[in-house]
Amino acid sequence: MIEGISIYEILTLTSVLFFVGIYGFITRKNLISILISVELIFNASVVNFVVINKYLFPDILQGVFVSIFIIAVAAAETALAVSIIINLYRQISSVEVKDTEIMKY
Amino acid sequence: MERYIFYAVALMMIVFAIASVTTRKMLRSVIYLLFVLTGIAGIFFLVDYNFLAAIQLTVYAGGIIVLVIFSVLLVHQIEMKLEVAKISKKIVTALACLVGTGVFVTTIYSYDFKVAENATTTTTADIGFGLLSYEAGGFILPFEVISVLLLAAMVGAIIIAKGKKLIPKSDETI
Repeated sequence: MIEGISIYEILTLTSVLFFVGIYGFITRKNLISILISVELIFNASVVNFVVINKYLFPDILQGVFVSIFIIAVAAAETALAVSIIINLYRQISSVEVKDTEIMKY
Repeated sequence: MERYIFYAVALMMIVFAIASVTTRKMLRSVIYLLFVLTGIAGIFFLVDYNFLAAIQLTVYAGGIIVLVIFSVLLVHQIEMKLEVAKISKKIVTALACLVGTGVFVTTIYSYDFKVAENATTTTTADIGFGLLSYEAGGFILPFEVISVLLLAAMVGAIIIAKGKKLIPKSDETI
């Protein structure tokens, strides 16, 4: 644990990060920007898992394992999302959300 | 000392996160996200989980950011400005997010966490044994599932990004 820092301050930090991600997710109109906001939300949750593990249950490592899995799933999700965006750009020459009207070409 | 480092890192993360979701230049947004991710790795170092910090730096700051930059460069002119939402929508969303943050923070501060005093260091060997153990509390099954998931995601990403089928060359053109 961090000397002089209570769990409340770190949880406040992750809450702020989470809602910044939500704000970006709602206001952005571009697929890549939405992906970036989702990454912010993921990271806030990962820090929450790790910090709660370290501060409340230091003897077990479940939070660390869960955050490793979250990072792996986020990496897979980003790779798939990027490939979908590139394919979409080839077909409609745009990555704006409002131009994305068809699911099958 | 660690306290001031934490405050500096937290301030940097919040500022760059807000910059990342409000800037109008695509590539800058990605670079700001890179700073946020590096700050999170710094927090992992501060709570003494070195292995997780290394994962964060390699997978996120090294891998995902490069992927996103790659896609930005493929689909955008660098200097292109992003379309912005209507100002009324922005204000409503910002207010809702502020209210949400307030609810979260009041809930967190009204709960009494039973913090256990400790200074134990977790080694990478502990994490490895935990991931591969099939006794109670072991994580061997999710570990295997995640390996299959990564393989499937890799194959899927290649197939989707490849686009149209390659046309086989016919023999008559010789």
